Formats: sequence, structure tokens, C-alpha cells
Amino acid sequence: MSIQVQNIRKQFGSFVALNDVSLDFPTGELVALLGPSGCGKTTLLRIIAGLESADSGNVILEGNDASGTHVRERQVGFVFQHYALFRHMTVFDNIAFGLRVKPRHERPSEEIIKRKVTDLLKLVQLDWLADRFPSQLSGGQRQRIALARALAVEPRVLLLDEPFGALDAKVRKELRRWLRKLHDELHITSIFVTHDQEEALEVADRVVLMNHGSVEQIGTPEEVWNAPRTPFVYGFLGAVNLFHGRAGQGEVKVGEHSLAHSEESIPPGAEVIAFARPHELDIETDLASPQGIRARIARIQAFGITARVELERIDAGQTVHHHEVELPLERLISLQLRTGSEVRLVPSRLKVFQQSAAAASDHYIAAGI
Amino acid sequence: MTASRRSSAHVLPGFRLTLGYTLLYLSLIVLIPLAAVFIKTAQGGWEHFWWSVSSPRVLASLRLSFGASLIAAAINAVFGLLLAWSLVRYRFPGRKIVDSLVDLPFALPTAVAGIALTAIYAPKGWVGSLAAAHDIKIAFTPWGVLLALVFIGLPFVVRTVQPVLEDLETELEEAAASLGAHRWQIFRYVIFPTLLPALLTGFALSFARAVGEYGSVIFIAGNIPMVSEIAPLMIITKLEQFDYAGATSLAVVMLLASFALLFVINSLQAWSARRIGRKI
Repeated sequence: MSIQVQNIRKQFGSFVALNDVSLDFPTGELVALLGPSGCGKTTLLRIIAGLESADSGNVILEGNDASGTHVRERQVGFVFQHYALFRHMTVFDNIAFGLRVKPRHERPSEEIIKRKVTDLLKLVQLDWLADRFPSQLSGGQRQRIALARALAVEPRVLLLDEPFGALDAKVRKELRRWLRKLHDELHITSIFVTHDQEEALEVADRVVLMNHGSVEQIGTPEEVWNAPRTPFVYGFLGAVNLFHGRAGQGEVKVGEHSLAHSEESIPPGAEVIAFARPHELDIETDLASPQGIRARIARIQAFGITARVELERIDAGQTVHHHEVELPLERLISLQLRTGSEVRLVPSRLKVFQQSAAAASDHYIAAGI
Repeated sequence: MTASRRSSAHVLPGFRLTLGYTLLYLSLIVLIPLAAVFIKTAQGGWEHFWWSVSSPRVLASLRLSFGASLIAAAINAVFGLLLAWSLVRYRFPGRKIVDSLVDLPFALPTAVAGIALTAIYAPKGWVGSLAAAHDIKIAFTPWGVLLALVFIGLPFVVRTVQPVLEDLETELEEAAASLGAHRWQIFRYVIFPTLLPALLTGFALSFARAVGEYGSVIFIAGNIPMVSEIAPLMIITKLEQFDYAGATSLAVVMLLASFALLFVINSLQAWSARRIGRKI
């Protein structure tokens, strides 16, 4: 089923949680709502579910305005971060709950319920746990049971609120893959909320990036990763190196240093911020060239396939700027880098944004490094 | 060497000291006085015991005491739950005041409560005169006893249910609603089973308090033999007649009956708590 939200606004006191959000979720896709905490993603999900009502705007389910429909009648499956399983019921009774509370004339017989619950337990691969109580299960198992319970009523959409948020890293990764596989089997329109960019990029067909109650960018994981449209998106999707400066002819002036770039839309003299991901910065030991930024190596982590080098910019200014470079191990060895040595940082790829547009999300990126 | 090994078996220090203190304290305050009751009864002999507790007047008082206490606890369970629900779930002006009023029956000297209730519910009192107009008599009947017992037992249910209700995650209700459950079904199948252990505890406490209650009841009860005489009053009566063995005989019966009932209620409570996965 398709979901559309149109001009949704929601305010809690003076805090604007959602500011005129309009989105289109096509049938059968798995979409991630991604953003930092407080960006309004959970509120949007709850409004779609009917657990919260918008101050203005509409929720359209399958072409019909569902804004006034009670959550009970919306036929949405909702999965909570902390599972929200009924503790006094067995796993079986939890999953059967949605079927047993149906009005008498719609309620299936106990036989059919039993068959259906057993099928669902098989689907989530936990059929041996039917008689256990939720307190006897691990976090990952609980979340799978919660999902089975939501699926029992054959919802038209599946909404998941930080479904893996309370799980440890290993189980998270496992469940992520499992959710993707399950979605490929069921093809039910699904939206899940997360603040973990890796999770969103890995699992979703499409990612919606949100910040301060507004949508920053929508696209496939490849699109948002390769062509971030705003400084916020660039900063949120991974580690970044950030340079404040002024645009020149084919370069960005950062203090007394300069970085080459090829973006032509930015007028010379404009205040800009420039981004490079750690693997897009190269280290040069030849200090004679004026290209690049002078920095001193603070720490070298030489394990794994790529080595990480942390540097401090050599600047006239008071504040210390930290940078991070990822480079192949062989390159690290051939450069003979050492803690404390002075080098130049030269970006192989630089993404430049004009400052005015960048200002709003600036503080977040600075914190994200 | 051995000493250090043994002391390291307990992570928390002072186990023996605290256990000894606990046992001594319990003995002095609870066990020895209760044992004395049994010893005193035994001194009176079996025949005297039987004679003391099987007279129709005593039996009537026991019936009234336990019957009214159970009914009062049941009434308190229902209305205490309602009260706790309103206090936790709704925000209304004066909520804090109502919340502190709930504790009043705890703090009020029981005699004061008894006199106040009698003044209001006696045939000439505010409420009593209204009831009298419809030929209903409250004070000086078993209804008066019940009223007093409801009054003193109310805080127990409210105060045991309230914290559990406050901790109840709203997500559970949201989950149930998203699965298609109506308000009543959510209460019946999700909220109520979670509250049940606390509700049973409140019921047990309210009942225990009511069985032993004396001060607030004797004023409003009127103490008519065979009609509105409670068992604790019978004990006092026997004491006033210097029939100590008779008084303790009645005490033994009350003690055993209360113990049996509380045991049943607590087992129920433990059972329902285990079902919701709480450690006991």
C-alpha cells in the first residue's frame, strides 16, 4: 500500500517537531527515516501510524485520507524500540492477540489462529519458543516476536521505530540482514526509523534524511552517499573533514592555505565550507608546494586494511582543528610517517557548499567529526 | 587463612550481625507476644477454648469481622483502583490535594475517624438523615461497620497500585491499539493483568487492617450483640470480665484465620507476579 504525507506540521509547545513535511512512500518499498535524535523522524512515524495526530496536514493511505482514522482501524503494524510485548502472555498469546481481539464475526477460530501463529513463528524462525514468556527471551528474539505479532493482523504497512536500537552491535547486524530478507519475501510497504546511517544505507531501498523537522534529502543509498545535497547530509552520512574558507579562482582559501576545487557555481569571494571524507584526503610529505593544508600528525592507527591518521592543523588561529585521513597501509609505510611529523593534506575530492546555506547545520557537522 | 576465605564467600559484609539483629527484633516484637497468646490459651484448656469461641455471640462477631473485612477489601480494590487510575492518568486542578487526602485514613487517630463517621452517618447526621428519609439505617448496623472498614482500608489499595500504574509503559497500550484492540479490551487483557499483583497486595493489606480494626468501628457499629459486634470488641469484653484465656482463645482463632487468608492471597499474588515475569 502506498503512503503519502502532505504538509504535516507538529509542534510540542514551542518546539517544532515537524515543519511542513510532505513525502511519498511507494508500494512495496522499504524506506528508512534517518536523522539525529530530535529531528522529528519518530514523530512522523507515529503520525503515520495514528498514535499521534498532526497539527495540520494529511496522511493518505492508498489514496484515502486517513488523518481522522483511529490507529485501531488503520491496519498498520507497529514495532517499538523496546518491543512492548505483553509480559503476562506467552509468545504464542502475544502473537495471537491481534486475532483474538477482533470483533466476533471477524475472529478466526482457535484452530486457524493456532495455524497462523505457528506459521508466523516459523517465519521469524522461533517456533520452539511458543510457550515461553517474553522475560525468558533475548532482546533479538523479543524483537522478532514483536514483528511476528505485528504481522499477525496482516497490516497494510509495517512501521518500525528504531527496531534495533536496544540491541547490541552483533545482533543488530544480524537482524538487519534478516529484516531485509523478510521484506524481500513479503514486499509489504515498510518504513523504519533509525539514527544509524550505516543501518539505513545497508537495509533500505530509499533513505529519507531529516533534520530539525524538515526533509533534507530523499534518495537511494547510493544517491545520498555519492551526491549529498546539503552540508547536513554530507556530515551525517559518515566521518568528514571540514574546512571553513573563502572561495577563490578554482581554489578554496583556508587561512593561509589553499585547496584546489572545481565547483564552478560558487562566486569567488563567497564564504564556503568544504568537505572531504577521510579516504578523500591524501598526505604529502613534500612541504615546498603551496597546495593543501599544513598539519601535524597526532596519532597513527596502523591496523586493518586501511590505516587511520589523526592530524592537527598548523594554524595561526587559537582553535585546534582536527582531521582524519584514511589511507592504504602500503602508502603509510612508503611515506614513513611518524607521530609529530609535519605534512600537507591534499584532497583528491572536495565538496564545497556556500556558507549561507550551510550555517544552519554547521554546529551539527562540527560535532559529528 | 580459613577465616579470610570464609568471609570472602559473602560479598556484602555483616551478614551474621544483620541476621542476628533481624531474628532478635522479630522475636521481641512479633514472635514472643504471639507465642504468649498461644501459651495463655493452652493454659485455659481445650474445653474452655471451645466454650469461648463457639458461643453464638462470638461466632456472630467472627462472621461479621471477617465478612465485612473481605467485602470492605473488595470494595477498596475496585474504588482504590479507580482512584489510583484518575490520579495517575489525568491532570486536573486539585490533583495534588486529592493525592494527599488519600493518606488521611492512615494518619487520623482511629477514634477520631470513628466519631466523625458516626456524626455524619447517624440518623441525625448530614448523610444519615438523608438515608433515614428513605428508611435506610447506616450507623449502628453492620453497614456502619462496613463503612468504617472501607474508610480505613482505602489508602492501601491506592498506594500499592499507583506506582505500578505510573510505571506502566504507554507503549503497551499503543501496541494493543495498533493490533486492533478497543479501550475495554486493552484494559481487560493488557493493563489489568499487569496491575493484578499490586491489586492483590493492596487487597491483602486492606483486609488485614480491617480485621484488626477497633477504634473507628466501635463508635459507628453501635455494638449490638449478634448484629453489629466485631470480634476485637468481643476480646475486649472478655478482658474486662477477667477471662484472659477466653480472650486469647478468640485471638488465636482470629490469628489463624487471618494467617490462612493472607497466605492464600499472597500465594495468588506471587502466582500472578510470576506470570508477568517479575521476580519475587
